Amino acid sequence: MGLAKRIIPCLDVDKGRVVKGVQFVDIRDAGDPVEIAKKYNEQGADEITFLDITASHEDRDTTVHTVEKIASEVFIPLTVGGGIRELADIRKMLNAGADKVSINSAAVHNPAFVGEAAEKFGSQCIVVAIDAKRVSAPGETARWEIFTHDGRKPTGIDAVEWAVLMTNYGAGEILLTSMDRDGTKDGFDLGVTRAISDAVQVPVIASGGVGCLQHLVDGVKQGGADAVLAASIFHFGQYSIEEAKLHMRREGLEVRL
Amino acid sequence: MNAKHIAIIDYGMGNLHSVASAVQHVAPDVKIDVTADPQRIADADHVIFPGVGAIRDCMAEILRLNLDKVVADVIAQGKPLLAICVGMQALMNRSEENDGVACLGHFDGEVKYFSDSEEFKVNANAQSTQSQEVQDHLKVPHMGWNQVNQSIDHPLWANIANDSRFYFVHSYYIEMQNAEKRAGECHYGLGFTSAISDKNVFAVQFHPEKSHKDGLQLLKNFVQWDGKVS
Repeated sequence: MGLAKRIIPCLDVDKGRVVKGVQFVDIRDAGDPVEIAKKYNEQGADEITFLDITASHEDRDTTVHTVEKIASEVFIPLTVGGGIRELADIRKMLNAGADKVSINSAAVHNPAFVGEAAEKFGSQCIVVAIDAKRVSAPGETARWEIFTHDGRKPTGIDAVEWAVLMTNYGAGEILLTSMDRDGTKDGFDLGVTRAISDAVQVPVIASGGVGCLQHLVDGVKQGGADAVLAASIFHFGQYSIEEAKLHMRREGLEVRL
Repeated sequence: MNAKHIAIIDYGMGNLHSVASAVQHVAPDVKIDVTADPQRIADADHVIFPGVGAIRDCMAEILRLNLDKVVADVIAQGKPLLAICVGMQALMNRSEENDGVACLGHFDGEVKYFSDSEEFKVNANAQSTQSQEVQDHLKVPHMGWNQVNQSIDHPLWANIANDSRFYFVHSYYIEMQNAEKRAGECHYGLGFTSAISDKNVFAVQFHPEKSHKDGLQLLKNFVQWDGKVS
């Protein structure tokens, strides 16, 4: 008996539509984030992460509206990320019904922003998203750095030190994405997941690279993650959330079923 | 007959949209009033006392808005009251958060920090040695879905299986003096009171509004509750 490891499906949303492709046989409008969120909710998702990848400012109103609709129909925690740059953005998303917001590049530009956000809204709703990439050569002691702009721009910041700094500023959770693994289906980068999970007090969500159900188990057992996030294995109907949880339970992990 | 009227006490701490929309979802006919107005709270049939954030800020706002008196009146009148998360913690004597904050004192007990507990520290780090199942050091906040053991039969537990999982997010836990008022218990490095029942008051540490079917069932039970424990 204890705390369950969480499975978090992630919706990447552009202009109000889920992108990265989604295939649900029984959903007519496959790209509608509200329908998809409801589907995952029924399948037993523990949380939903909504990543707004819309570039333009005008389309952000669509996001607020979509978050409102999801929050009024799905009664599990909802995290919203993408474009969170100032306190007003956080307030807007929380008022729309988000439970947590995920801060990424705004934290890199101004780490104190995370402190202000945690002070204002409480650590429980401040997630810091970290995009990490391995910078050490094979054979060297493993080292990872923070990258921005979808993994294109190095910052020179050590990922483990950064995670610790962010929790010191008040981040209540870390969403860790391996830019080396994202989209590869080769599994999480277990090294960086383990290093950060051991270094911080707060829960860590592993992200990037899930291609099969065993990867979810590995993320928890070997990476030490408290929660695992995936998109495409669920979107393409390869596995349901329930199948993923049954597999995790067979492998000895506590899940909510 | 007029529609049932439910007041959700709004003292500016956190987002009450989730609580309101979850209640509306299970009870489409009730009138929901998110308010700090003592009169409107006094007029309600049922009252929900939520709360998120730091206890110091919560207590400061509760006192500034004279909601301590309002909550005391609701309790004295026998009106069904559901306290959630920091709302529950505010009903205790005192919290250790923010260097110690006096709370409303409706229940004997203290609100303590997980990481300060010796028992928690031992268990939090001992788990990894138990087996090769890597269960790492327990994180704070206690965040996610944990099982709630129902200590008593209660109308608010109706149609909810014992040991069902609810969604928690908190770094401070309640240590009750009076085990008779415990309605639910949870375990995370140590055992703690996750629900309290006392006459017309029911208080929960978890978030029913975020706890999927079982959470919605609890809210539905609350809306139907007459405030009596048989």
